[in-house]
This record gives sequence, structure tokens and C-alpha cells, in this order.
Amino acid sequence: MGEMIAIRDAYGDALQKLGAVNSDVVVLEADAGSSSKSILFSKKYPERYFNVGIAELNMTAMAAGFALGKMIPFVNTFAAFMTTRASDPIGSLIAYDNLNVKLCGTYSGLSDSYDGASHNSISDLAYVTSLPNMTVISVCDAVETEKAVFAAARWEGPVYLRLSRAPAEVIFDWDYQFVIGKGVKLLKGEDATIIATGYMVQKSMIAAEMLKKQGIYTTVVDLHTFKPIDRDLIVACAKETGCMVVAEEHSVHGGLGSTVAKVVTEEYPVPMEFVGINQFAESGDYEALLHKYHLDADEITRAVRKAISRKR
Amino acid sequence: MIKEKVLQINGLCNQFRIDLIKLLHSIQTGHPGGSLSSAEIITALYSEIMYYNHYDPNNPDRDRFVLSKGHAAPMLYLNLAHNHFFPKEDLKTLRQLGSHLQGHPCAHKTPGIDVSTGPLGLGLSAGLGIALAGRLQRRSYYTYVLLGDGEIQEGGIWEAAMSAVKFQADHLIVFLDHNGVQLDGTNEEIMPMGDICWKFSSFGWNVLTCNGHDVEEIVNAVEKAKKTKNIPTIIVAETVKGKGVSFMDGKNIWHGKAISAVDCELALKELGGALNG
Repeated sequence: MGEMIAIRDAYGDALQKLGAVNSDVVVLEADAGSSSKSILFSKKYPERYFNVGIAELNMTAMAAGFALGKMIPFVNTFAAFMTTRASDPIGSLIAYDNLNVKLCGTYSGLSDSYDGASHNSISDLAYVTSLPNMTVISVCDAVETEKAVFAAARWEGPVYLRLSRAPAEVIFDWDYQFVIGKGVKLLKGEDATIIATGYMVQKSMIAAEMLKKQGIYTTVVDLHTFKPIDRDLIVACAKETGCMVVAEEHSVHGGLGSTVAKVVTEEYPVPMEFVGINQFAESGDYEALLHKYHLDADEITRAVRKAISRKR
Repeated sequence: MIKEKVLQINGLCNQFRIDLIKLLHSIQTGHPGGSLSSAEIITALYSEIMYYNHYDPNNPDRDRFVLSKGHAAPMLYLNLAHNHFFPKEDLKTLRQLGSHLQGHPCAHKTPGIDVSTGPLGLGLSAGLGIALAGRLQRRSYYTYVLLGDGEIQEGGIWEAAMSAVKFQADHLIVFLDHNGVQLDGTNEEIMPMGDICWKFSSFGWNVLTCNGHDVEEIVNAVEKAKKTKNIPTIIVAETVKGKGVSFMDGKNIWHGKAISAVDCELALKELGGALNG
């Protein structure tokens, strides 16, 4: 098993490193810097750090202004609040004018587990994915997080970067070539494909191991970019394995499952199953919550067996 | 300010009012009331106060203008066309399919528009971001924001008001088009804003007032604002919604009503213009 590193810590480190090499980067925060870890940037580059207080809408509209002024703003707060309180400027300013703003929503999914459903974000991807011009990325480990931060800074245009609070096993090494819009095949098997994002990537790897012991061989894909979606990879997997499971720490409506299903139905229909959330969760231990709300390896293995059974 | 220049801008404002009435009559859509109340503020900015060059609309050192009350777009378009950002013939395409002149300002379609606006309450934050970016890049431009008085009922305005003071945005100069009327009625009827000057002052702003239809007062207020260091300035400009057309004066119905042929003729008579002129 690889090292466990919290995504938020990896993000904070990466942002600080980015600040050292790119003086156009400014960081905005809505009084959650100790949580998002944007506070690390503030220690090194206080003149480029703007903590606006608990004012997500203002923060995000200010970021639009910074981008119009040719800076590269990284906007930080809980994903739950960024994509709800600040949805107006995200849509009407940042996406509409294709502004170079990086929206970094942290504590996504159920990862802020003890704070309860009010602090979960299970619908953020549905909103940002529906916006024209928006690039949407969701990372799974510390290496991918750092690569994504630097890639987002190089990318022209708005990016939503979905981050987790929780520790996650590091599955990539530093040679990993992270390319926005290109999924990564982590395992190859011919019986089914599991497409996952965020922490569900690690869960899918565990599920694949469990299935292997039962003689079921799966392809596992880390689809870190929702938009632009990697159509070629999805279609190839559908053709190679004939069925597919999508796993995400998000509502089953409007997230990765919906996005992948659209591609599959358009290009090469195969049986599909969806692992995601369909109700509000509650406070509790993170791993226990994931288990209770069917976001774990057991659920993924069930979905895979069901998908395989539906093959003609 | 020299008298000839004041007279010239006054003449321009009258012409813009005539053009606006004709234009909105011809397309049977758009917002006359708030466009008329902001005529002198916008025209003074583009004809006297702001630094810009229409040959180079994206010059990084230009002054910026954020029409936060985006529904007054027609008055902004008239100023941009007059100052050669795009051909005057484009004006008649306003709000029509394929036009770069959207119902509300669109930065990626129209040359000279610095920020897209329309949803109210965002322009102050965006303007603040632009102003702070300028400071980080050691540029000396000013960012002007025009707010509506109904618009300041949006909570985001007060989030931005706090931030502008904290970040000492002294190159941010805000006008409030205080015409007292919004879509559904007067501010007093819909949501009384109390003492607006005191509100901003208590947030830490430099607050100035002027007659929003007096070009000289507008220009002088900006001069004063520029001398104020380390805090942002808001200039509360007293205006009349529908200014220049007596039957539109202070009437909320003219916030966004189409102008009939009869009303168009009446309005033009008052303004000294002719429908076919």
C-alpha cells in the first residue's frame, strides 16, 4: 500500500510551489485557508493573497476581475459553498467570458464527513459541468493534485478543480504524465470497465483486486477530467469490455456517470451501472459514511457483476 | 473644466437621449429609464474623465469601466459608438440575432466592454479585482464602476464594499446612479435603503455626492476622489429615472417598457429631435 497523503495538504504545497514560479498567480480565500491549505501560499506571498472573509460571491466575482486584469486567480473555499453561493459569478462572469480563473473546491463529496450533509458537496459537478467553456478536473491522489494545479495554471480559461479533504493512498509516481482531457488506464481486464474519479479511483482498484480473486478481470480508468471528456478512451473501453461501471463521490445525477453515459449512448451503447450518491448523507467517520452510502469497493464489485450479467 | 467642454458634453447627452429613444422605439425592447438617468455619468466618463484609445481597446494601461447596472447598456453603446469602438450602424442591431450588441454588456463580443454584466450586484466585486490586479502590476489605471440604486439591495455589493476598504482600493471609483426607482416601484416602496451615504461611510468609504446630471459636478467629484489615498470612493449621484422625457421622469413603468410610436414622438419633441432626423 502506498503512502497516505491528504489531498488538501498536497494542494496547499502545490499552490505554494506554483506561487514561486509564476508571479501572475494570485490566491483568493473566503476564511477557509486553514482548511483549504491556501494559507501556505499566504505565508510566502502575502501581497498576492486576498482573504475576503466569509463572502464567496464577492471572492469569485473579484477573481473574475483579477483575470480581466491578466492575473491568474486561484479561488479557494469549500466546494459546497463555492458552487452554490458563488454560482452566479461562476456562470455569468467566469464561464461566460471564458476567464482564466481556477476554482478550487475543497472538501468535496463526503470528505468533510463529521460536519455533515450541510458541508458535503454532491452536486458541484452537475453545475460546473453544465457550463460552456468550463474545464472540470477531479483528482485522486497527492501526485495528481500537484500535477493538476500546475496544469490548470498553464491552461487558458476557467477550470474547476475538485479536491478532497481526506487522506488518500498515493497511486501515481512522479513520472506520471498528467494531461487535461486524457483519462488514465490503471488496470487492464476484458470483463468490464470501471471508470472512476477522485477517491473512487482507489476504491475501484480495491474492487478490481476483489473481483480478480473471483476470476473477473476489469479495466480501471482514472477519469480525472470531466470536461473536455476523453471520448476516445471511453469508447475504446466500451468496445474492449462490453460493459461499464462509473464510480464517483457525487450525486448519480449530473456527474461523471451522466457525462460518460452520454458518450456511451452516442457512440457505442453497452450496459452501464452507476455508483454514486442519491440522498443527503450525515455526520460520521469518513470511511464508515462511504460504506453506509454505498460508495465503497463492495458496492463497485456488485455493480460490476450486475453490469456483466446484463451483457448479451 | 472649460465651459465649452461642458456645453459639448451636454449637447452629446441630449443627442444620445434622442438616439436612445429612437433606437429603443425601433427595436421595441430595452431599458429606457436607467439609460436616461445615467447619460451624464457615462458620457462624462467617456468624453472627459477616462483614459483609453479605441484603436487599442485592450491596452493594459487604459482606465476600465464596469456598467454594473448592465440594463443601461444602450447608453454605454451610444458612447462607445460615438468614440469609434465600433461603427454607429451597428447600433440598430441591438438585441437582435447575430449582433455583437447584447441586451446586457458582453465583454467577449463588443469592443470596449471591459466586463460582462447583467445579473445585478457583481460589478463592484469585478471592478475591485481589476483595480487590485492593476496595483499588483504597478499600473496606474483607474477602475470606474456604475451601480444602480436598486442594485445595492444585493448582498454581494456589501461584501465587495467591505473588501474594497480592507484592500485599500483607492484606484476604484464608484458612481451610484441614485434615481430612486427600480423595476417594481420606488426604492422606498420596494426596499428602502435608508441613508446610503452613511451606509458606505460606515463601511469606511470616502463618500462624495453630486448632481448626476451636472457634468461639471461629476468631473469635479472624480478629481476629488483621485486625491483620496488608501480608501475607495463612491460618488452618490442624484439623478432622475427617465431624465429628459417628462412622462418618463421617476416612473418605474419605464424601467423596461417598449416605446410606442406616440410616446416616441412626444419624447423626441421634448428633446428637440425628429423621428426621421
